Amino acid sequence: MLEVKGLFKSFGGVAAISDVTIDFPTGSLTAIIGPNGAGKSTFFNLISGGLTPDAGSVSFNGTSLVGRSRAQIIDAGIGRAFQVARIFPTLTVEESLLGAVTAHRQRAQNITRRFPLPEMRDRMHEVAEMLGLTEKLGVTSANLSHGDQKLLDIALALVLDPKVLLLDEPTAGMGPDERWRMIERVHELWEREKLTLIFIEHDMDIVFKIAPKISVLCYGRLLAEGTPDEIRTNPAVIEAYLGTSHEEAAV
Amino acid sequence: MLTARPNLARDILIAAVALALLLLLPYVWPNKMINDLVIRVSAFALFATSLNLLVGYTGMVSFGHGMFFGFGAYAFGLSMQRLGVSIPTAFLITVLSSALLGLVVGAISIRLKDIYFSFITLAFQMLLYSTVIAWVPLTGGDQGLMGGIPRPPFLGVDLSIEAHRYAFAVTVMVAGLLILRQIVESPFGYTLRMIRDNTERASFLGINVFRAKLTAFVIAGVFGAIGGMVMALFVSGAYPEFVNWTMSGEGIFMIMLGGLSTFIGPAAGALILSVLNDVITRGTEHHGLFLGAVILLFALGLRKGVTDFIADWLRLNREAGSRGGN
Repeated sequence: MLEVKGLFKSFGGVAAISDVTIDFPTGSLTAIIGPNGAGKSTFFNLISGGLTPDAGSVSFNGTSLVGRSRAQIIDAGIGRAFQVARIFPTLTVEESLLGAVTAHRQRAQNITRRFPLPEMRDRMHEVAEMLGLTEKLGVTSANLSHGDQKLLDIALALVLDPKVLLLDEPTAGMGPDERWRMIERVHELWEREKLTLIFIEHDMDIVFKIAPKISVLCYGRLLAEGTPDEIRTNPAVIEAYLGTSHEEAAV
Repeated sequence: MLTARPNLARDILIAAVALALLLLLPYVWPNKMINDLVIRVSAFALFATSLNLLVGYTGMVSFGHGMFFGFGAYAFGLSMQRLGVSIPTAFLITVLSSALLGLVVGAISIRLKDIYFSFITLAFQMLLYSTVIAWVPLTGGDQGLMGGIPRPPFLGVDLSIEAHRYAFAVTVMVAGLLILRQIVESPFGYTLRMIRDNTERASFLGINVFRAKLTAFVIAGVFGAIGGMVMALFVSGAYPEFVNWTMSGEGIFMIMLGGLSTFIGPAAGALILSVLNDVITRGTEHHGLFLGAVILLFALGLRKGVTDFIADWLRLNREAGSRGGN
């Protein structure tokens, strides 16, 4: 279980995250929603070692993650993908994934053998398969479609065998059809790999449809958490974020 | 689907053929000028290719790589003159001391990013240059290491004989390039490409970016120093201009002229720049002006090096060929 307790982070006196406590049980699927600037990405950075919290604790299966290096947090099983796909533009999909597997298996400094090491291939194919990138292995990453770049970004995180996967707006910048395809893939991944999956999402239709549990952040605070029905009818959430249309839609 | 990659056997074969051709050249075309050119290009090819390990493969634009070339020349020359050791021992001293220099300068410089990294490497080079100029009793100051470098024979090789010197230079160059080739095609070589493409992502994959960059910096420094050593053997001395910033500038020019997206590009650039230097120096007094114009043509007009063009052309042809085949 991933436990976040009393988390605080401020930038130049402005609180980006203040007193946030959330539990993510093993194997759960949670959506994080909230208006722009609510602190969602900061929250992810605090969990994944991109930022160090001012106060509070993040622990995974009982061990604290605060103050640990990125590599240690990755080894503990926390993986993440980014809002804007972070990929290796000049490398092919295959090279990127093989490079990631190689790094994960502590062979990044090897100079005596040739890239790619054959023992890295199985895992590369496995991950490419999971995200439907098998047909694209030979494509240079910069030439991939926007959606495929996001998939590659997730694939790079998956290579590291995470137990917890953080997805920062997996559907950002996609058209409606592409969004649903992406989210179906993510959902399938969660079921198949038994991951603890946490994702940030702006599309409420998607959130209410696939997330069994939703946490709402607003001005750095945890405004509410609960099932889609509870969130849809929560007066504070409606006032701060959803507006009335969703309330009506829920009725 | 899987892209064919150059394997070690193929690279060794290419290196062996290239070495055989270079060794045959003086017999086919006995010409002192050509011999001298090939020796100088051997030194510069190691220098430029090692610099490209940083610039092209890792995205670290060092403006101070000449410090290793000059350091190699002085370390080798001084070992031979002052310590009276054999050439292999002096070679070993040069390699180890330049690795140490790379470790110290790298550990400090790599903490800085982008242009600040470039500037601090330049600053370290100027520090070394000033030391060489000021420390007259050791280095001979602006006169350079005078009196010639002794070249005692070793293992049947006598570098005071011109033919041996030539064979030694091309052998060291080909062996050095083969090792660098292995490094850029190894898992580590791809780690460097990942760092170049997206440092942040590489670190989120658990790659120790600092360690990888430092390793690259030390390797590049050592091979830059070996280039300087070959040069010191050729001119039988070491001069402050080897360690001056203009040397680093020439390394960057070689990479630009030859192309940084192919492995052999910088070595080709070393050849092009050396030939240009020779031809232009003979033809005009204003050789800097003409050289500058040629480099501007490449930088502004073509925006690519020569081998980049050839590689692009080959790829387009291959793609056209495979489309035709379907």
